[in-house]
Amino acid sequence: MSIEVRSIHKSFGSFKALEDVSLHVETGELVALLGPSGSGKTTLLRIVAGLEKVEEGQVFFGGEDASIQKVSERGVGFVFQHYALFRHMTVFDNIAFGLNAKPKNLRPPQAEIRARVSELLKLIQLEWVADRFPGQLSGGQRQRVALARALAVRPKVLLLDEPFGSLDAQVRKELRHWLRRFHDEFRITTLFVTHDQEEALEVADRIVVMNKGRIEQVGTPDEVYHDPANVFVLNFLGNVNLFHCRLDDGKVYFGNIGVEIPGVASDNARSANLYVRPHQFQITRDAGTGTSIKAAVAYVNPAGSVVKIDLKRETGEMIHVEISQAEFAALKIVRGDIVYVSLRDVTYSEYQI
Amino acid sequence: MSRRFVEPSILPGFSLTFGFTVFYLSLIVLIPLSMLFFKTASLSPREFWEILTATRTLAAYRLSFGTAFASAGINAVFGVIIAWALVRYSFPGKRIIDALVDFPLALPTAVAGIALTELYAPNGSVGRYLALAGIKGAFTPLGITIALTFVGLPFVVRTVEPVLEELDPQLEEAAASLGASRWYTIKKVIFPVIAPAVLTGFTLAFARAVGEYGSVIFIAGNMPMKTEIAPLLIMTKLEQYDYAGATTIAIGMLLISFFFLAAANFFQWQLSRKYGKV
Repeated sequence: MSIEVRSIHKSFGSFKALEDVSLHVETGELVALLGPSGSGKTTLLRIVAGLEKVEEGQVFFGGEDASIQKVSERGVGFVFQHYALFRHMTVFDNIAFGLNAKPKNLRPPQAEIRARVSELLKLIQLEWVADRFPGQLSGGQRQRVALARALAVRPKVLLLDEPFGSLDAQVRKELRHWLRRFHDEFRITTLFVTHDQEEALEVADRIVVMNKGRIEQVGTPDEVYHDPANVFVLNFLGNVNLFHCRLDDGKVYFGNIGVEIPGVASDNARSANLYVRPHQFQITRDAGTGTSIKAAVAYVNPAGSVVKIDLKRETGEMIHVEISQAEFAALKIVRGDIVYVSLRDVTYSEYQI
Repeated sequence: MSRRFVEPSILPGFSLTFGFTVFYLSLIVLIPLSMLFFKTASLSPREFWEILTATRTLAAYRLSFGTAFASAGINAVFGVIIAWALVRYSFPGKRIIDALVDFPLALPTAVAGIALTELYAPNGSVGRYLALAGIKGAFTPLGITIALTFVGLPFVVRTVEPVLEELDPQLEEAAASLGASRWYTIKKVIFPVIAPAVLTGFTLAFARAVGEYGSVIFIAGNMPMKTEIAPLLIMTKLEQYDYAGATTIAIGMLLISFFFLAAANFFQWQLSRKYGKV
């Protein structure tokens, strides 16, 4: 079922949590709400769930106005960061809660509830914990139980509030992939909140980048990463280097060195900010054609899939560079070496003023 | 391998604090209690049994424990409601209400007793209207229950409050998102969590009410067989220099109280086992 959010306003006291936020989520989509803390992403999720009142604006589920419905009537599955499992109930009773809570005339017979719970336990690969209490499970297991509990009532939409936020890195990765596989199989419209850009880029069909109660950009992971709408999105999704430079005659000048970059208009000379991702650099031993910047190697970290290198320019500015292990092996650089860096695959965008 | 009395702890101070605990409890609780048994021992078992099972004693026990139980029950219900209001909502005058809850602890109980008697006597400002409805307030078991409810009020409120504060509101949100009605949520999510605290508060209020003397003697009317509580019967015996008789009744109370407290503890233990402590 699709979700439509129309010009939502929400404030807590004098703090404006959401300002004129509109969003459309297609049926069967997996959308991430990404932003720093205080950006309003959790508030938006809670408004969709009906856990928070709105001052202005509406929420529609499949074209139907849900704004007037209570939480218990909306048919949403909500998963909390800290699981919110009922610790005095067994895992089985936790998952069966939503079914048992239905009024008598709508409640399925006990045999059917049992079958549904076992089916969900199988789905989360935790059949053997049915009789345990939440306190006896690990964080990752608890969150899977919380997910099964939310799914038991066959929700129209699934809402996840930083679902993997309090788990350790390894478990987080596993569950992230599990969620993606689960979504590919069942195609429940899902909206999930995260402050982890890696998680959003890896799992979501589309990403909604939020900041200070507003939506900065909506797009596929590819779009928001490679074609960010503004500096905030660029900065938030991955590391970036900032160069204060000069534009003149279609070239970008770093001091005396002029570099041709696609997209630079050949209008009047002016100063500009150029943002470059760490992987958009090339390091060479020799000065080459005179379009590279001289720098000293300040720090090398070869552990990982890429090699992270910090370079110090003669002006004192630091440049963070990532090169492949193969390049690193060919260059054989160590701390203190003098090298030359040049830009590669950098496109100039309008906001880089 | 022989088991040690205590596992040695890395934190120092065990022998000092444990020694002090034993000494202090002996001085304050155990020695006075043993005097009780010592005094009673001057009676023959037959005399002891006769005093304990005299109709007047039994009536006093029934009244004392019955009214204590009723008042603790009333406090359990309304104490939870007051604790809920204090924890969950903020409203003007909240601090005043919060202070009022502790009031019965600070007020000399005799003062409370006199005030309540004034109110609930047949010509008092509340008792007058009760009398119209054919209900006698003061000088009946009802009056005693009212006085005991007054003195026991803080216990349930103060034991349930911290548990309610810790109760994650997200549990209720989770229940609501799963389609549960408010009543179902209270019954299945909130109550099981606060039940052990309610039971503790109930036990404390009950214990306080059983031993209460000051506030009750004014409102009770103290008619033997009808409105004479056990502590008063003990006082009566003492005034007649019947020390052995007084201690016998006291031992009876002690044993019954001990039984109730043990039962409450057992129940509590079962609750915490059932709900698997995290």
